[in-house]
Amino acid sequence: MQSKKIGKQTINYLHPVSIVSFASIVGPKEGQGPLGSSFDYILADNLDGEKSWEKTEQKMLEHSLALALAKKNYLPKDLDYFLAGDLLNQIVCSNFTARAIGIPFLGLYGACSTLVEGLVLGSILIDGGYGSRVGVASSSHHETAERQLRFPTELGVQRTMTAQWTVTGSGAYILEDSPNGADIVITQGIIGKVIDLGQANAMDMGAAMAPAAADTITQYFKDTGRNPEDFDLIITGDLGNIGRVLCQQLVLQSGYDISKKYSDCGVLIYDPAQDTHAGGSGCGCSASVLAGYLLPQIIEGKLRNLFLVGTGALLSPTSTQQGETIPCIAHGIVIQGNR
Amino acid sequence: MELKIIEKRVKERQRELLEIKKFNDTEIQLINEELQKDYQKLIFFESRENDEAARLNIKDLRSKVIEQQDLVKKYLQIRYARLVNKSAPKIPVLKNALAAFFVGGTICVIGQIILNVIVINGVPNKEATTITLMVMVFISALLTGMGIYDEIGRFGGAGSIIPITGFANSIVSPALEYKREGYVYGVGAKVFTIAGPVLLYGSLMSVIIGLVFFIIK
Repeated sequence: MQSKKIGKQTINYLHPVSIVSFASIVGPKEGQGPLGSSFDYILADNLDGEKSWEKTEQKMLEHSLALALAKKNYLPKDLDYFLAGDLLNQIVCSNFTARAIGIPFLGLYGACSTLVEGLVLGSILIDGGYGSRVGVASSSHHETAERQLRFPTELGVQRTMTAQWTVTGSGAYILEDSPNGADIVITQGIIGKVIDLGQANAMDMGAAMAPAAADTITQYFKDTGRNPEDFDLIITGDLGNIGRVLCQQLVLQSGYDISKKYSDCGVLIYDPAQDTHAGGSGCGCSASVLAGYLLPQIIEGKLRNLFLVGTGALLSPTSTQQGETIPCIAHGIVIQGNR
Repeated sequence: MELKIIEKRVKERQRELLEIKKFNDTEIQLINEELQKDYQKLIFFESRENDEAARLNIKDLRSKVIEQQDLVKKYLQIRYARLVNKSAPKIPVLKNALAAFFVGGTICVIGQIILNVIVINGVPNKEATTITLMVMVFISALLTGMGIYDEIGRFGGAGSIIPITGFANSIVSPALEYKREGYVYGVGAKVFTIAGPVLLYGSLMSVIIGLVFFIIK
């Protein structure tokens, strides 16, 4: 008999859940990046006519959900649940979006792993039969994250080479229980453990998050008995240039060579010439890259399947100032095409 | 009874942990699980113990378990830190130093030009210095408002932070940032978030130095 759980951590969806619609919105810098042409909507500037950056981020999240719904001619009331999260205190962007659309809502916080956390949970809801249509979304905004986690945006500081650039972007997904012939199907998920190997530098999140990502990737292969060769693409959320290399090494130490299949959303989203140093980060990073760049490739048949691992650094400015190290988490999801 | 067993196990483990380098990851995980189990049991016994002395004994043993947990944690952290250091990107020290020298130097040259112009126009030296500082602070605040100073800072690093223009930037940028939270709880409360430490310890140092001078004289 097939089981809904494989090994220690992997979730096996017995009724594969399909992603029937998705949409992405990004800021101007991301629009100028290598993936610029693949996003649904690019903001003219980081404020986009709103009074505050927080408001812009909230609008961006709301609009990406509206776009995803509009693509299928759905209305918010057609959703059974809405799952969302962002990086702001008390996840206000998601709460305010939920206020606007008025459907049952679960707010999530998994730092930058929030999107994958939402996809895993949304699929559980559908596979369990607790609903037939779920909206999942997450967002991040460069300026709101900077002012909350680091410095005022106009302060003239030099960023370290390991620092990552928070992506202004959001992505929304509609998950549905559609038994026959969906283009994109979520077949498996994995819920990660919180891992902390003592990294305390908030300017080098990639190095802090890499062990969590490596742990989740290795655990998935151990649980399922699959190999990196079984995937067309293994992609982490926002490890950036430095975390990417570390993650690859750690996974190799555990006996799996992912180097040929492995990439990272934070590395893909910016061009090195854009002076973002170690690459992109933030909830919006994996959310926009998955919707804008990866899923279309699955529909076109360029990718047969992919293993997306969302990575999150679970720190707060207070914890950093108090000298705490950075606990990190990584959740994974396996997405398959039908072609 | 069980307490005795745990006590023995903790002692044995102390010896094992001396050779932690010999263990592989699975073995380390097993040690960690055993530590977790011991810790949990100890806190349970502690909660049930009514005798004060016995309670302290258990607490002692528990702190030993914590030490052992820390030891394992430290070992894993150091091992990972080595890997991180190996793959750390090189800091472009020479480029950064030259940029800082160039930007800092330029700011100082501009200040000197302004000072000279004011002195040539007949203002006494002491007043001229004050006026120069005011002009430099104004220029910096203006550039911050126009969104230019942070770009200079990104390039120039310390070269643009150390001169008084950097100080002005550190006050104007939070003022701009928190305007949306209102003039009282926003700007008023947060305007010195970056400059605050400089102001506090700067004033403190000047008082101390003043006192020292007062005593020496």
